[in-house]
Amino acid sequence: MAGKNWSLITKGFFKENPTFVLVLGMCPTLATTTSALNGLEMGLATLFVLVLSNIVISLISPVVPDKVHIPVYIVVIATFVTVLQLLMQAYTPAAYRTLGLFIPLIVVNCIILGRAEAFACKHNCWESALDGIGIGLGFTASLTVIGIVREILGSGSVFGWKFIAGDGILAFVMAPGAFMVLGYLLVLFNKIAKK
Amino acid sequence: MAAKNSILSMALCLTAVCLVCGAVLGSVYAVTKSPIEEAAAAEARAAIAEVLPEGGTISEAMQADGMEYYCSLADSSVVAYAVKSSTGGFGGLLTLMVGVLPDGSIWNTKVLSHSETPGLGAKCTSDPGFIAQWKGFKGNFAVRKDGGDVDAITASTITSRAYAKAVAQASELVLSLNKED
Repeated sequence: MAGKNWSLITKGFFKENPTFVLVLGMCPTLATTTSALNGLEMGLATLFVLVLSNIVISLISPVVPDKVHIPVYIVVIATFVTVLQLLMQAYTPAAYRTLGLFIPLIVVNCIILGRAEAFACKHNCWESALDGIGIGLGFTASLTVIGIVREILGSGSVFGWKFIAGDGILAFVMAPGAFMVLGYLLVLFNKIAKK
Repeated sequence: MAAKNSILSMALCLTAVCLVCGAVLGSVYAVTKSPIEEAAAAEARAAIAEVLPEGGTISEAMQADGMEYYCSLADSSVVAYAVKSSTGGFGGLLTLMVGVLPDGSIWNTKVLSHSETPGLGAKCTSDPGFIAQWKGFKGNFAVRKDGGDVDAITASTITSRAYAKAVAQASELVLSLNKED
């Protein structure tokens, strides 16, 4: 049993890594990884919504009629996202300012609805919570890695600590850099995962 | 009890879910309302304090020409103004807090919000040379390319122009306020 719980968490990092294997949730992945800290914050925000929505959906899915399950799930997810948005505005205004628009956009992050549909509605509450933690941490780790690479190349710093004077390679802070870094990391990840 | 997939049970299910979610949102909103307002007010106070000379009591917000401003009072006379000034930047609205002395010269400036390009225009919040030139700025509020005295950020002339325009707006407002007195 312990082994099964553990594998529910670790699969988010390797076997079902949302960014590098499932390739889901690309919008926040590309847009918010301009620095390591931004990527980390976005990952944690998604983790929060994912765990709570997985728990609630696994509890209510047996009584939800099939034809309305998507609207019901979306309402649940949207509620948690709005709760998160209000909490961030109140207690972490600086993080809210940098992530801004991308917090409400967690509603349409396909990872969350994807996990609800593929996992939470068929499993119990405990397993769904673990699945949420696993996938959420995997997403957080991936975003942070992309953020670190883009920050090193684009701004010459890591987590805001500058190791070169002046600017890095600007393109990496902007959208084209996001695609390039994501592409190379995808290749690297899949090469390592195959071994 | 109606069958699980009948119209009635679908409607009931959606209604119940929406009611519960609405109640949750309402209560979270009520709980976070005052912390959110406090956080916003603290941020505004910090921005005002940063652009004004030290000492002086800061007044309530006032309106003129569609801009919001605050007075810094010492011995019941106004020693400086903090003006919230917005212009269109390269990527959207650029909003500054500008500290202006009564003669229209600039004490200090601070970006409140912007949507400029990261690494280019967004440097208006971090470029040390660009920020420092605004302390005690006097002269023509136009970038050097347009014959003014503002050193633009490299490769971000549009942002620099917008920034200069926002500062100029604030300065003009203060001059017009003093003319009326």
